[in-house]
Amino acid sequence: MTDLTDLTLAEARDALAKKKISALDLANAQIAQIERARALNAFVTETPDVARAMAIESDARIARGEAGPLEGMPLGIKDLYCTAGVQTTAGSHILEGFTPAYESTVSANLWRDGAVMLGKLNLDEFAMGSSNETSYFGPVISPWRRQGANAALVPGGSSGGSSAAVAAHLCFGATATDTGGSIRQPAAFTGTVGIKPTYGRCSRWGIVAFASSLDQAGPIARTVRDAAILLRSMAGHDPKDTTSVNVPVPDYEAAVGRSIKGMKIGIPKEYRLDGMSPEIEKLWDQGIAWMKEAGASIVEISLPHTRYALPAYYIVAPAEASSNLARYDGVRYGLRVPGKDIADMYESTRAAGFGKEVRRRIMIGTYVLSAGYYDAYYVRAQKIRTLIKRDFELAFADGVDAILTPATPSAAFGLGEKGSTDPVEMYLNDIFTVTVNMAGLPGIAVPAGTSSEGLPLGLQVIGRAFDEETLFAVAGAIEQAAPKVAPPPKWWAVGE
Amino acid sequence: MSVDQATVRRIAHLARIKVSDEDVPHLQEELNAILNFVEELASVDVDGVEPMTSVMPMPMKKRRDEVTEGSIAKDIVANAPASEDHFFVVPKVVE
Amino acid sequence: MNTHAKPSKLIKGATGDFEVVIGMEIHAQVTSRSKLFSGASTVFGNEPNANVSLVDAAMPGMLPVINEECVAQAIRTGLGLEAQINLRSVFDRKNYFYPDLPQGYQISQYKSPIVGEGVVIVDVSPTEQIEVGIERLHLEQDAGKSLHDQSATESFVDLNRSGVALMEIVSKPDMRSSDEARAYVTKLRTILRYIGSCDGNMEQGSLRADVNVSVRRPGEPLGTRCEIKNVNSIRFIAQAIEVEARRQIGIIEDGGKIDQETRLFDPVRGETRSMRSKEEAHDYRYFPDPDLLPLEFDQDYVDALKAELPELPDAKKARFIKDYGLPAYDAGVLVADKETADYYEAAVKFGGASRDAKLVANWISGDVAAYANTQGLSVAQTHIRPGQIAGIVDLIADGTISGKIAKDVLAIIIAEDKDRVSGSLSAIEGSDTAAMSGSVSDPRAIVEARGMKQVTDTGAIAAAVDAIIAANPDKVAQAQAKPSMLGWFVGQVMKETGGKANPQAVNELLKSKLGI
Ligand SMILES: [Mg+2]
Ligand SMILES: [Zn+2]
Repeated sequence: MTDLTDLTLAEARDALAKKKISALDLANAQIAQIERARALNAFVTETPDVARAMAIESDARIARGEAGPLEGMPLGIKDLYCTAGVQTTAGSHILEGFTPAYESTVSANLWRDGAVMLGKLNLDEFAMGSSNETSYFGPVISPWRRQGANAALVPGGSSGGSSAAVAAHLCFGATATDTGGSIRQPAAFTGTVGIKPTYGRCSRWGIVAFASSLDQAGPIARTVRDAAILLRSMAGHDPKDTTSVNVPVPDYEAAVGRSIKGMKIGIPKEYRLDGMSPEIEKLWDQGIAWMKEAGASIVEISLPHTRYALPAYYIVAPAEASSNLARYDGVRYGLRVPGKDIADMYESTRAAGFGKEVRRRIMIGTYVLSAGYYDAYYVRAQKIRTLIKRDFELAFADGVDAILTPATPSAAFGLGEKGSTDPVEMYLNDIFTVTVNMAGLPGIAVPAGTSSEGLPLGLQVIGRAFDEETLFAVAGAIEQAAPKVAPPPKWWAVGE
Repeated sequence: MSVDQATVRRIAHLARIKVSDEDVPHLQEELNAILNFVEELASVDVDGVEPMTSVMPMPMKKRRDEVTEGSIAKDIVANAPASEDHFFVVPKVVE
Repeated sequence: MNTHAKPSKLIKGATGDFEVVIGMEIHAQVTSRSKLFSGASTVFGNEPNANVSLVDAAMPGMLPVINEECVAQAIRTGLGLEAQINLRSVFDRKNYFYPDLPQGYQISQYKSPIVGEGVVIVDVSPTEQIEVGIERLHLEQDAGKSLHDQSATESFVDLNRSGVALMEIVSKPDMRSSDEARAYVTKLRTILRYIGSCDGNMEQGSLRADVNVSVRRPGEPLGTRCEIKNVNSIRFIAQAIEVEARRQIGIIEDGGKIDQETRLFDPVRGETRSMRSKEEAHDYRYFPDPDLLPLEFDQDYVDALKAELPELPDAKKARFIKDYGLPAYDAGVLVADKETADYYEAAVKFGGASRDAKLVANWISGDVAAYANTQGLSVAQTHIRPGQIAGIVDLIADGTISGKIAKDVLAIIIAEDKDRVSGSLSAIEGSDTAAMSGSVSDPRAIVEARGMKQVTDTGAIAAAVDAIIAANPDKVAQAQAKPSMLGWFVGQVMKETGGKANPQAVNELLKSKLGI
């Protein structure tokens, strides 16, 4: 064993179970990596003391034979999840210093199963972004670089801290959230696995809301198996979330490695965009070939409303966000900028507390809900959502087991490269992922190859509602077939 | 549809976000870029289509009528920028 | 409804008559242990922010989960208003900024309320009944409370009320006078109290009214209305309507125009005034709350709630009229308060006997109610038990005492039992035993012990009559000339017998002995 942090989560779990290593060893190894990797800016808050204390408890439980399924596994938590007694910022100045007295259901589920918290991971402010450049705490730098270049690349967003930390081996896995692609796009950019489960699979309680009808928690991990292990602990019914669904959580890990022979994989023709990068087209064709080799049959399907998903998303998500973010008013927590009266205090606080992208989305959301525009924008977008969902239902009713698409339209781009003049340029990153959120379906991004510049590229598998098992099986088959890509060299590591 | 500068100011005020005079023109530009982007939705035939109200159709869960929370006034005001005797304190509101 | 102006309701202006048109939005606090979307207590008057959960304070990541009892209460109330119950309704967010609105939005029902159209039958006077249409009833969250008078520069925010369930009950503009409005609110409150869905306590803010007032000349289309916000007593509602109607008439007669606006009633100055600060153009940006699913239930659920509803005031009134032969007005007075109605029935049926139901009604609506009034209590809250009223009525019926003596008996009960029994509503149930078990005075025992029994023995009465006649020969002559003098003789005999002589026997004997 060279370095404990190069183990996968499943390997570390098994080593711990055989008492070859201790949970404290694992935690210490990760803490050391994190301290050396501050150049990546993946963490907003590091919690080494919490990690060691939890690891010591884990070791005690292992000694007593009471180990949970994630016993001793050091994880990073996206800073959108409220963590009791630990600052929770949502990547925003307006929540800087906010220390909740409560723990989100999903993170609590992880601790219940024995996991260890390394700290809070950086993200786009209020999860609004596709590059992690909107964080008040500075951008996250991807551990990946183009071959022969030193330019800083984005790790994707909004779960950019999660994807970067997992890719750089700063943790064995991380929690993330996905509203329009914020798990899958950063996973694809960093050569990691990210799954957005079915809407309602994971509780939203205690996760700072962005767009309530789209937000879903999920893991980013280094392998499909690790993602399956993490999701099983994260998922489950929560009476505190009305939209959380009371269905049993299967043993996802058992689905990894399951044969996909005889499965029918749909290839949506509408995802072949005009001007699509040949690299992405090639990746997709490669994925189709792997599916056939694994014994699945390929059918072309039609999802005719696909092209409307992204514009409709940019009505629904900002509308919900404009309302969800009304609570940040400087009265009960977070930043307050004094004003000459209460209205002035509100306006000054929210102008100073929210970054540019958040302010922009709040304003668009406010506009599309305002009198005279509500029906033309919001109601129409929600109707289009019904049509998008219906497209998928028809495909699945035709016997399609899963749908294969690219995860992103390109590989990771450079810091400051996109969206500085036209916000829509950045929004197009989510073109392949956002339909899944609009329909509430599960989607997984899995590494499938590299770009000509040596950067990771990912494929996306979309499944039926609550059929994450099929996604793990199909993603597992892609992982098996795909060429092994070496992790990025640790150019960031100080003191190595 | 597109917004003019007066609308930008009105929306900003509705959203309680202070905008400076120099912010207005580029905000207007950005908002119009987004509105332009969503414009094609107007061409979709949505006749007889129900707007989505629940992503996963299911009955709404209900709570029993029991007092299970409260008596945590200290925690409630713990993060407040200003509080006194467990009240939140704000600049005087004129009714 | 009420399409023709009633002349008696018109207000005289300088230039002619005006009709006032009134509609109301009542906010009724739902009776429940916990809040609409959280498990925090609804108890009134706790320490600041003690009844506040993480959800009520709108902490980041908090989610609402609906209280099933609040839903049931809204349905029960809808049934009590003879209204359409909507098997599917939707919760919307009403977005605006205010320090006592922690979420930045109120969860309410806008397009699809849980209850649709209904009707309330209102007795305005013994001779006048109107129907007031109900437009809708919806569930929503209450806001917190800001205290503005603690400091010159700051306001203090307490979120104890934040998230408490309210029913907003919207009437149609069917009222035409302050009396009608007063009667409507009173009746609505009675219905809510019967159902148990709101305690109707206006001092604690459990019932608040937004009153919409407009005026027009008879026959003209509806005028521009003003909304008077948050009026918190029935008396103030009537006063506010009066002064607002006068204000609007004054403006119109001066050739002015009414601006649609929100106003506040100032009971000290007896005027309404514009709430300019709230007049800023509102754009609430309603949309369905994505944290909640549509509220759906089936007809069976509604039927089950309906089956458990108590008898409501209109049904009770009809039954009192039919079963007890009461005049409609008397029945209406008794059923206006459920406990009074129960009290009445307990008295009528006390001990399984049957007695003069009208006489019982007279006693309760008369002497008992008058006493209750002096104590600031309801009839049922006084220490006078239904069994005691039954006892008094029985004593009159079997001729043991006269109606006049009966009042003395009641006075003794009032004086004697004051400290022995504390008025409690549950004592109605226990009245059968309690009234006669020694814990309260038994009217028959009082009469016995104090020798208040009516003298029906004609011999004894005759002796008294003879004595009076013998002592007053001049009066005898007068009486024979002028029979109305008989009253004087009756009075003398009653005085002689300590008021215990049977008045009818005295009358008959005097007539025959005086020969008139
Ligand atoms: Mg109102
Ligand atoms: Zn209301």
